Amino acid sequence: MRLKVIRTATIEAEPRPNIWDIVALILVIGAMVLIVYGVKQTTAPLSELERTPLSLDPATLPLYALRTTIRMLAAIVCSTIFTFIYAAVSAKSRRAEMVLIPLLDILQSVPILGFLTFTVIFFLNLFPGQVLGAELASVFAIFTSQAWNMTFSMYQSLRNVPKDLEEVIQSFHLSGWQRFWRLDVPFAMPGLIWNAMMSMSGGWFFVVASEAINVGNTTVTLPGIGSYVALAIQQRDLSAIFYAILAMFLVITAYDQLLFRPIIAWADKFRFEQTASGEPPTSLMVDLFRRTRALRAVTWPFSAINRAIWNLRISLPQLGAPAKSKGRPSRLIDGLWVAAILAGTAYAAWLTYRYLSASLGLNDVFIAIRNGLITLLRVIVLISLATLIWVPIGVWIGLRPKIAERIQPLAQFLAAFPANLAFPVFVVGIVSFRLNPDVWLSPLMILGTQWYILFNVIAGASAFPSDLREAANSLHLGGWRWWFKVILPGIFPYYVTGAITASGGSWNASIVAEVASWGDTHLNATGLGAYIASATEAGDFPRVILGIATMCILVTLFNRLAWRPLYAFGERRLRLG
Amino acid sequence: MLDQPSALIDIRGVCRSFPKGSGEQLLVLERVDLTIRSGEIVGLLGRSGSGKSTLLRIIAGLLAPSTGRATCRGEIIAGPPNGVAMVFQSFALFPWLTVLQNVELGLEALGVDATERRKRALAAIDLIGLDGFESAFPRELSGGMCQRVGFARALVVHPDLLLMDEPFSALDVLTAETLRTDLIDLWIEGRLPIKSVLMVTHNIEEAVLMCDRILVFSSNPGRVAAEIKVELPHPRNRLDPHFRLLVDSIYARMTQRSEPKAPAIEGIPSTGVGMTLHHVSSNVLSGLIETLANAPYNGHADLPDLASQLQLEADEILHLGESLQLLRLAQLSEGDLVLTEAGKRFAHLETDARKRLFAEHLVTYVPLMGLIRRVLDERPTHTAPAARFRNELEDYMSEDYAAETLKTIVSWGRYSELLAYDEQSETFSLENPG
Repeated sequence: MRLKVIRTATIEAEPRPNIWDIVALILVIGAMVLIVYGVKQTTAPLSELERTPLSLDPATLPLYALRTTIRMLAAIVCSTIFTFIYAAVSAKSRRAEMVLIPLLDILQSVPILGFLTFTVIFFLNLFPGQVLGAELASVFAIFTSQAWNMTFSMYQSLRNVPKDLEEVIQSFHLSGWQRFWRLDVPFAMPGLIWNAMMSMSGGWFFVVASEAINVGNTTVTLPGIGSYVALAIQQRDLSAIFYAILAMFLVITAYDQLLFRPIIAWADKFRFEQTASGEPPTSLMVDLFRRTRALRAVTWPFSAINRAIWNLRISLPQLGAPAKSKGRPSRLIDGLWVAAILAGTAYAAWLTYRYLSASLGLNDVFIAIRNGLITLLRVIVLISLATLIWVPIGVWIGLRPKIAERIQPLAQFLAAFPANLAFPVFVVGIVSFRLNPDVWLSPLMILGTQWYILFNVIAGASAFPSDLREAANSLHLGGWRWWFKVILPGIFPYYVTGAITASGGSWNASIVAEVASWGDTHLNATGLGAYIASATEAGDFPRVILGIATMCILVTLFNRLAWRPLYAFGERRLRLG
Repeated sequence: MLDQPSALIDIRGVCRSFPKGSGEQLLVLERVDLTIRSGEIVGLLGRSGSGKSTLLRIIAGLLAPSTGRATCRGEIIAGPPNGVAMVFQSFALFPWLTVLQNVELGLEALGVDATERRKRALAAIDLIGLDGFESAFPRELSGGMCQRVGFARALVVHPDLLLMDEPFSALDVLTAETLRTDLIDLWIEGRLPIKSVLMVTHNIEEAVLMCDRILVFSSNPGRVAAEIKVELPHPRNRLDPHFRLLVDSIYARMTQRSEPKAPAIEGIPSTGVGMTLHHVSSNVLSGLIETLANAPYNGHADLPDLASQLQLEADEILHLGESLQLLRLAQLSEGDLVLTEAGKRFAHLETDARKRLFAEHLVTYVPLMGLIRRVLDERPTHTAPAARFRNELEDYMSEDYAAETLKTIVSWGRYSELLAYDEQSETFSLENPG
């Protein structure tokens, strides 16, 4: 029996450790020490922060980077747990789904920094006088930049679980808990990981804002790369900015190599295909751990615990009971449920109205909408420009696999790059050439998000079937005809996916990008982002709410009226294969 | 049930309906009786849509009957009963689990401890001829090997009844045959840890090859049309005259009641519009007519013969035959397919003339096409949304069948140039570009 042999290799034999064991061991222990150290810092009292002000000394950067990293890690763990629960509940309960999915759609369009404004006070009060409260607020802000798209992806997967596998689960009497770990989670895994990676990029973008918290009278500066950047901007320290860029580069690379690549290589087995794929993803880390001998024995208890968890005989409410034709959902309860939702909504609307109307007039609404339309115009113009620039470049790169392989990680890194880091260039440029900030601050909005267009177009062009290219060549299609009849329709679905992400990201970034400062020089563009940013700084909550609500409505409408139809069109007519 | 102490499964007067697009119920299974005893292989044979898979799922406890009684060892089936395991047409293996883990899955749910689990799983893998593949993932295996895993996974729980839902129809001819014989050999030698088998199939020869008893289902709604005992000794030989005779008689039985019928519904005068059309490409129809017209058939073919020459399953050849019969280009009778005069003419015409003949028959004999043409002619714009006809169809049939019927109409309508269809706006029109 072949299996015995495999097992011997992992547990029974006590093989002498090899060199890879030592390397891997140091990595594991080191990671543990760092996490413990970083977490310990968070329990310090808040006054500690004031006593030890941030320093721009590059020697402090590694520690700051560590704390930022731990925050990111905490956020991604929270996002994953949130995703599991929220997506599972929405996919299994029809009534919960009626509320939760539209809610998620709206949450997605709420600007991330908007969440920070409201939650920071709540979290600070939760742990009065402790750094932990501020840490949680920061983690929560990063969480809001990650959780929604992960949840959507998982929900979509859960709705599309293959029916025959579901029947296997039922007919073999697996419990709801076993089903979740054996079917639902593995099936959702590839989409979830991809979205977690995208989320991580988004998280970096907002880490700067979420560490240097400045809401009304509340000012908290948590040690981290983000607040280091904020301080460098305040003190006009170019070399510090450079060090921050370097640190960020290293941390993002480390994240990619030490966390995501191993996960992707491992998750390759969850791809839902019955046929073998071409090239399996590889990871240095996974190879390293696969080469270790003794350490694999050490990991055995973990996999045992893992197995014990999914074999727990926890009975969740039976979700897949046989569908009886009589057992139709009760209309009465549905009616009551809808009525309850409507009543709750009406009450919330009334509360909001009462709160806002106390301090705001109709005129304020018009101002907010006008600002919103200006930002909308900016988003449209910028996405169009980015399209004109990056689509041809992306196609060129995508059709050359060797180059694409090298460019892809670079584009992903650039997407994680916070706009603040480019403040010095823009502010100094605008001031010295006396440019109009309304126009020239705009590119900051798309600085981080344009890359989504680039790497989706690259992906689309790489996936373009070579037989179609050959057919186009043999028909002597060239010039405009080649672009419009061949390649552009071919990459359209990919482009739309990228453009949707880019446009959503640009709205989010407007809060950071429409207000830029470099030392004492503050530049303000007119727009909804600047409106929300200045209201936040002044602690003017009614205006913050108004601004966020306006942005939510505009983003949702923009998505529904422009992007969704385009996406549907692309999926229906232009999806290849 | 005192007189049948060994009844494993007892089905009495079971009906099952599904909600239709229009909100009413569509009956797919009508008053079915079935008893499965220990030690037999029972086959449910029928066309697609005859409700045989529905019946299998009722026995598996995955669906509940609308009315009637389904019991397993005397107890009403509510949820999957113990001692019943299922093999799926699509294999339904978990791609992220190895062969061994897939096989162990059912035992895990039973709470069997790890060593025992491993022992039984390895025994099942051994039995079904998968030795050496324990650590492979399904995507590394061929279809035949995957289905072997499916069998091992079902057998490892030592079920009393093994349910098989068209287990060989996703495999190529050679692989399917090997797997069938392996399984029958194990069954005869008494090495399978099971008492009975119930299999669903639309392959007549497969049913005759494997089963002790065959229940032939008729369609719309599904009911048992005949019960046939197969008393040939194992191993059975496909070329044995008795075997051929039995296959021929089942073919005849299945073509008997397949005259195109327009289901009349009480209160609604039957317009024949609610006839389900199965999509068959006009290319295939033309090809079949040519084959029939030429030697050796010369306009008259025995269905089993034709099926084996064209490498088609009984189900497929019957669909083709019915489409031709509907268009009055051929006639099905007693297991034969005979070209009509029009069909013979069709075989010798040029492309354009063929289209004209096809169009003529389509308008005359397919009521839905007649209706669409009338509507298009009457409307000043000469266009009509597909939704108008889809709604009407869904009064008679399920959404899936309505979609397939419309797809057929579009395809035939385009070939015959009777109508044009714009997929994006989902409208029919009269204009043909060019």
